[in-house]
Amino acid sequence: MNWQAIALSLKLAVYVAGILLVAGLPLAYWVTYSRWRWKFLVEAVVALPLVLPPTVLGYYILVGLGPRTFSGRLWQSWFGHTLPFTFGGLLVASVIYSLPFAVQPFAAGFETVDRGLIEASWTLGASRLRTFFRVILPLSAAGTITGTVLSFAHTIGEFGVVLMVGGNIPGVTRTVSIDIYDQAQAGNYDAANRTALVLLLFSFVVLSVIYGTNRRAMSLWRKR
Amino acid sequence: MRFSSMLTILLAGLLWPVPSLRSPQPAGQAPSAVIPNEVRNPSVPNAKNEKDAPARSVPRFTVNVHRKRNDDFCFLTTCPAGAEPRLTFPTQIAQKPCGTITVAAAADLTDVMNEIVANFQKSTGCTVRVSTGSSGNFLSQIENGAPFDVFFSADIEYPRKLEAEGLAALGSTYLYAVGKIVLWVRNDSHVDISKGLEALRDPSIQKIAIANPQHAPYGRAAQQALQNARVYDALKNRLVLGENISQAAQFAESGNAEAGIVALSLALSPELKEKGRFWRIPENLYAPIEQGVVLVRASQNQQGAQKFLDYIKTPETAALLERYGFALPAKGKP
Repeated sequence: MNWQAIALSLKLAVYVAGILLVAGLPLAYWVTYSRWRWKFLVEAVVALPLVLPPTVLGYYILVGLGPRTFSGRLWQSWFGHTLPFTFGGLLVASVIYSLPFAVQPFAAGFETVDRGLIEASWTLGASRLRTFFRVILPLSAAGTITGTVLSFAHTIGEFGVVLMVGGNIPGVTRTVSIDIYDQAQAGNYDAANRTALVLLLFSFVVLSVIYGTNRRAMSLWRKR
Repeated sequence: MRFSSMLTILLAGLLWPVPSLRSPQPAGQAPSAVIPNEVRNPSVPNAKNEKDAPARSVPRFTVNVHRKRNDDFCFLTTCPAGAEPRLTFPTQIAQKPCGTITVAAAADLTDVMNEIVANFQKSTGCTVRVSTGSSGNFLSQIENGAPFDVFFSADIEYPRKLEAEGLAALGSTYLYAVGKIVLWVRNDSHVDISKGLEALRDPSIQKIAIANPQHAPYGRAAQQALQNARVYDALKNRLVLGENISQAAQFAESGNAEAGIVALSLALSPELKEKGRFWRIPENLYAPIEQGVVLVRASQNQQGAQKFLDYIKTPETAALLERYGFALPAKGKP
């Protein structure tokens, strides 16, 4: 069993979920409440990763941000290296690739919040920020939790982008899905089996626990 | 409303590009499976094949005859009844002389296989479909029932394993070539590769692309060569592993890795030839990369597969393999 790969995947997924929680909430807030007429363009961009195959994103990172293009050289001069074959590269790719899995449930959660309550909070003198944290966020907790869990789970399960830009470096870019692929290719079905089973059980347990608590949280809010 | 607009965009994104993608090639996948090799290899001599012309033209015109005049894109539920034949006609073409032969080929063979297949199709009228990829992947696919007729592995151990497992025709494994590896850098690299593998110690080389030694024969050879040149320990943290030898070459070609150890056949390919230079890694540094081909037992087209296998053994094909950077095994010579 390759614990290193499992730990790496967990680390990546935690980072991605964390980043998307911080960056996704303001984006979802804007998507929900903005009245800008071209907003649908932003919505389309956010939803793009749902439609595009991972190979497209992998290709752009590998070639578009490769050292032969202007954008790639710019990136290199800022960060000292190009994106492929680094943990940072996987992180960037995964954040982009999981964006809709976080933002859409967030926005759907915000949508369920009664507009009257928000306006009441404003008229009582609460700032927009305070309203967001004291009214909107608690009332849409289910959407926030779902979005975070989905982005976490989606990153654990990511394969295509990692295969294209990871370079399979142990401890840096060899995630658990790549490890299973390698084992299966090398004919080590036993090892592939064990890792796959661990991953399956782990994913099921995490999702069950979180959806379970999620439901309790929801009914809790309803009672109040 | 927000979501309905999002849905509209999504649907538009799903639907819109499809007709324009399809229109240049309205007859589905078949033409690309049948003709591309002829198109891609204008160098192939045509003169002696005039008598074969009718046989060759059959697939092409069959394609046109079966093509629907109004070849609109449709969803499964909205397809007019007449749209269905389009999905089935590749097998109609396949009924000609010796049917369709489906070939799984190691990634290092990509270019030479195009030419071999073009020649073979011309002289026999058979249709050959080629999938290229990693040998290890094909091995596990065939073990799990993939519909290939012939399997060209970059490692002869895989065909032997299939034979031992009863999944390949007994005694059909044939050593068709021996692969070579080279050190490859882009033209804009300042590294002096004439110094050999020692040159990889240069600090400007941060990443070295090789194929995954765990399951790719070229990766194993690259690792052996690095070890035997006594640079492996110093360089192992710079290695990035391609899923197969083509991906390793792509890492180096795109400049994401500053150097790569790739197959000679790839270094000689048009995609890499112009863009970089290479240094042949001495053959005493790695075990020979013996490449074997085998007839898959579950093949639905044994006859055609055997025909193709026989064609591989001709001196003509051997010469072609040699030209594309493979060494010929002693016993493979006629």
